[in-house]
Amino acid sequence: MIDAITALPFGSLDLLYLVTFQGAVNWSVGFITTVAIFGIVVLGLNVQWGYTGILNFGVVAFFMIGAYTSALLTLSPAEGFASYILGWELPVVVGWIAAACMGALLALLIGLPTLRLRLDFLAIATIGIAEIFRTVAQSADGLVNRTEGLNGIPGLFADSVSRSDYKWVLLAIALTMLALVYLLVRAATQSPWGRVLRAIRDNEATAQAAGKQTVAYRLQAFVFGGAIIAFAGALYAHRLGAISPPGFTDLFGTFLPYTMLIVGGAGNHRGVMLGALFVGFFWFGTPLVQESLPDVIGNNVFVWRQFLIGLLVVVFILWLPKGLIAEESRVSRFLPKPVGGPSLVARLTGRFRGG
Amino acid sequence: MDLLQLVVVGVIVGSVIGLGAMGLTLTFGILKFANFAHGDMMTLGMFLAYAIVGDLGWSGPTLEPFSIPLGLVLGVAVAGLGVAALAAGIDRLIYRRLRRRGSALITMAIASLGVAIMIRAMIQLAWGPQPKRYAGGINPAWSIGELRIKPDQVLIIVMTMAIALGVYFLLYRTRLGKAMRATADNPQLADVAGIDTERIRLATWAIAGVLIAAAGVMFAVQAQLRFDAGFEFLLPMFAAVILGGIGNPWGALVGGLIVGISQETSTYWIPSGFKSGVPFILLIMMLAARPRGLFGSTF
Repeated sequence: MIDAITALPFGSLDLLYLVTFQGAVNWSVGFITTVAIFGIVVLGLNVQWGYTGILNFGVVAFFMIGAYTSALLTLSPAEGFASYILGWELPVVVGWIAAACMGALLALLIGLPTLRLRLDFLAIATIGIAEIFRTVAQSADGLVNRTEGLNGIPGLFADSVSRSDYKWVLLAIALTMLALVYLLVRAATQSPWGRVLRAIRDNEATAQAAGKQTVAYRLQAFVFGGAIIAFAGALYAHRLGAISPPGFTDLFGTFLPYTMLIVGGAGNHRGVMLGALFVGFFWFGTPLVQESLPDVIGNNVFVWRQFLIGLLVVVFILWLPKGLIAEESRVSRFLPKPVGGPSLVARLTGRFRGG
Repeated sequence: MDLLQLVVVGVIVGSVIGLGAMGLTLTFGILKFANFAHGDMMTLGMFLAYAIVGDLGWSGPTLEPFSIPLGLVLGVAVAGLGVAALAAGIDRLIYRRLRRRGSALITMAIASLGVAIMIRAMIQLAWGPQPKRYAGGINPAWSIGELRIKPDQVLIIVMTMAIALGVYFLLYRTRLGKAMRATADNPQLADVAGIDTERIRLATWAIAGVLIAAAGVMFAVQAQLRFDAGFEFLLPMFAAVILGGIGNPWGALVGGLIVGISQETSTYWIPSGFKSGVPFILLIMMLAARPRGLFGSTF
């Protein structure tokens, strides 16, 4: 399966490799880098779904547009058999910024006609975008080099260290960006703006009665989240150095982030990052233990893990609707602290997002 | 290809989309949430029919002039029953719990995507990643003037019309249909009037299951069975539902034909690789211009 191998440079190796110290280090560094990038995706998604209740089923489309935008801007011009547009050799950071802008633009285009309508219309409108992107990327001549994809995407600070040490640089970049995005998203959602988002999510009529332009706020949240997801896509492209359309599946790029969000606890930034770590460990770790599983599971380990994350989502929605770390009910630091948290029983029986 | 020929292809594709969309719009209108597992239920229908003609090998003689084997008749029945039972069972296990808890409809939509992922995984576990076919034979096309149409394709159009008529009788000539329309219109009032709305919901799932399984088998008669084939129909089906007005089965059928015809005829002007974008454009235009659909939501 392509997604596992592209996501982890060492995905095809088994437990024997992990037994060596160097192997374990390599795998862990690659894994944490991937989880950090997914952490950024779920933070963006948390702004959209967790805080505002916007159901975006096209997460991978945002991720993909970010990855391709940044890659095309920073690559050298196409030569030989490759044919793609741009190739301007711009600095990587410029590519990142452009990626975020394209994500914002995509969100604006989809959000404008759909966000003023029923909540599920946006979910319906986004479910097929990624498929369209993949088809266009694969079939349009001279656009993004079709199925072969883009190769040799430059990495940030790639010349500063040796090839074998570059993974540490990638790890540092991913973790730094995760921290920055976390601070940004936390500041935004703790602000009065963020409180309006929660108000809209929980009771739109009341928010409107309080004089809030709910459609405008929703659009802002959707655009903000879309920019963050596209930025994560850019990080992903520069980290791998090569991207192609089949790598951006709905399962990998849309459903996996939703699983992380729901398991971790929608509406809680630290929760969703924890969810990214847990679900990511399950998703990227299962291929490693393939050899030691009974044949009936081991031979189809990629399909079984797909089944299990589907099950995980349903189980959490039914029995642990608030996720591992529930959303804080206190909306402002100026409010008195609640005495004690909700009991475990209350959390287990609590309604998903209060009904 | 000639434009008129593309219209013919569009009618065939549109029939499959429309038939699937009829079930999708019924669940949308009565259960009130968008079922994102509908595409994978379609795939399951295709493969359940394959279980009869392929895995069990009960194909029997080919039904001339069509390319389909006799066993596929049994296959369609098994697929319809199987998908109907699964859909109703999933409602009992998952959606009813969420309804009783008063969960938001959007939560059920997410749960349905989880269900979709599970169904797709089960199909891959049961039938493997290799594409399958019902029968190997070729189906020589009939020529009507310049037009060419295969007997299988005529069968698809005729079957769609027959099934649509069946749905019409079910909804307008039976007590169940009346109760379904009442539940779609106002579930609380239907409850108060003594209609067992939970039973109606199960019946809705079963009908939607039969319709989508039939659509799946009809599609697979002239294409390969792949584990993600149904998912690719999800957006065109939703586009048909929105075009026709949510909860309106006739609207969904007409919407399906519109989506199918515009998707196929678009290849006259644009490269065929881009045609999958056409349902999306239609959907967005409809949401921007007339979100309640061409015909409104009542039926």
